[in-house]
Amino acid sequence: MLGALLVYPVYQLGLISLFRYTQAQVSGGEPAVFRGFGNYADLFADGEFWRVLLATVVFAAACVGSTLAVGCALAVLLTRIRAVPRLALMLAALGAWATPAVTGSTVWLFLFDPDFGPVNRVFGLGDHSWTYGRYSAFLLVLLEVVWCSFPFVMVTVYAGIRAVPAEVLEAAALDGASHWRIWRSVLAPMLRPILTVVTIQSVIWDFKVFTQIYVMTNGGGIAGQNLVLNVYAYQQAFASSRYGLGSAIGVVMLLLLLAVTLVYLRLLRRQGEEL
Amino acid sequence: MRRPWRLLAEGTALLTALVVAFPLYWMVLSAFKPAGEIASDRPRPWTLSPTLAAFRRVFGQQEFGRYFVNSLVVAGSVVIASALIAFLAATAVTRFRFRFRTTLLIMFLVAQMVPVEALTIPLFFLMRDFGQLNTLGSLILPHIAFSLPFAIWMLRGFVKAVPEALEEAAYLDGASRSRFLWQILFPLVLPGLVATSVFSFISAWNDFLFAKSFLISDTSQSTLPMALLVFYKPDDPDWGGVMAASTVMTVPVLVFFVLVQRRLVSGLGGAVKD
Repeated sequence: MLGALLVYPVYQLGLISLFRYTQAQVSGGEPAVFRGFGNYADLFADGEFWRVLLATVVFAAACVGSTLAVGCALAVLLTRIRAVPRLALMLAALGAWATPAVTGSTVWLFLFDPDFGPVNRVFGLGDHSWTYGRYSAFLLVLLEVVWCSFPFVMVTVYAGIRAVPAEVLEAAALDGASHWRIWRSVLAPMLRPILTVVTIQSVIWDFKVFTQIYVMTNGGGIAGQNLVLNVYAYQQAFASSRYGLGSAIGVVMLLLLLAVTLVYLRLLRRQGEEL
Repeated sequence: MRRPWRLLAEGTALLTALVVAFPLYWMVLSAFKPAGEIASDRPRPWTLSPTLAAFRRVFGQQEFGRYFVNSLVVAGSVVIASALIAFLAATAVTRFRFRFRTTLLIMFLVAQMVPVEALTIPLFFLMRDFGQLNTLGSLILPHIAFSLPFAIWMLRGFVKAVPEALEEAAYLDGASRSRFLWQILFPLVLPGLVATSVFSFISAWNDFLFAKSFLISDTSQSTLPMALLVFYKPDDPDWGGVMAASTVMTVPVLVFFVLVQRRLVSGLGGAVKD
């Protein structure tokens, strides 16, 4: 079944990306025309593609960085506090984690709504529209993405820190290691497998962000200013009926993610970690 | 740690908890606010006259109850099927040595990188050719397929953590292979199964894209995320309705999370220990 529903579509994706595949071919009116790498040539010649690609990479990197920083900081914080505040933070995080992407997006939009949202009132921003400007719209989506994805990092890293035997930390403290030193030389190496997992997962998830962008910027923002690759591919395929071009974008995304992950795994292996 | 520092850390934690929980609070609050208060340009963080009008609007809209059931059916089938398959597959890749084992493992990792959104295009054609468009099956099958690689990858750690000696002891005591699998291994990896089920449940419950692409004409098969967006029109959103629908959609996930919360934390810890 895995083969049928994963490998076959990927194969199809690659295949469609080589054809001129539009509405006429879908309804069977015209046969699909083989174009070789024509779709890719169109894509790479298109300035918009490069703009979207750059935006995607920067946006995903910002999301991954912020999510990991917030998640790890809060995980360390969790180990330093008593049970009641810990439970409060844990429950709040689980709540954010549990919130469906569509709901999270609409709620955040409402919070930052220029007319009725509380955020603009509290900060006295008048009727400043967050989704109008390119960067403020990206910032808004970034906040939502970090909000709903830091809990996974926090809970996982926290569970990992708890699994480090207390004697190890005591021994380090007895040897006169500072807090920072303990983190860098004892905890970080022991947590590396966990950090690897959460980093790879975050990269994969944030690079493919779809629902948040689609809902919050209403399908890619004004004149497509907030498009990321995933939404771009979807728009090309289903809105403009250029299925071949959309598939080509999908293939490019897949290859990029593959490259990032392989480099990461290679680095890990060089450090002597096993998969 | 010294006292003032600990108080500071606890203060930070509580403040963060408040900030993180605020969007959810605001969502529930706005769902109960009367329309006049939502449309006021001086939003207040409380309401003195809570009303169910927004919920009534939501449930009166088309067949919201039916969408709710549809979503439950999809998420439920995905969780059960993917948990069972992932358990068996994870056992296979950890307990048996066979050719292409490593290749298979790498493939599970690679499969997670495939942008699901891009695969919507070929899947759309696949579903059309099998006549599955506009059915719940068109949502269930792809979700099982896409949640499996991650589930297997996570469960592997749990199966690995069960000592092989236990397996040998069970066989020496005359247990059959299937008896070991279901009565010994299964309970031991249950926390891991719970943790992975959370992920498959969420991805199926939240799905917006497949529903948007595969359920084109038959609205009786629609799921919650689609129904939610009925209220959200970019120019003139019905915020009360959106917030009430969002609340209805979030509550089941929250309940599910609270139920599995403790197992989840121990589960995630175990998955990555190996």
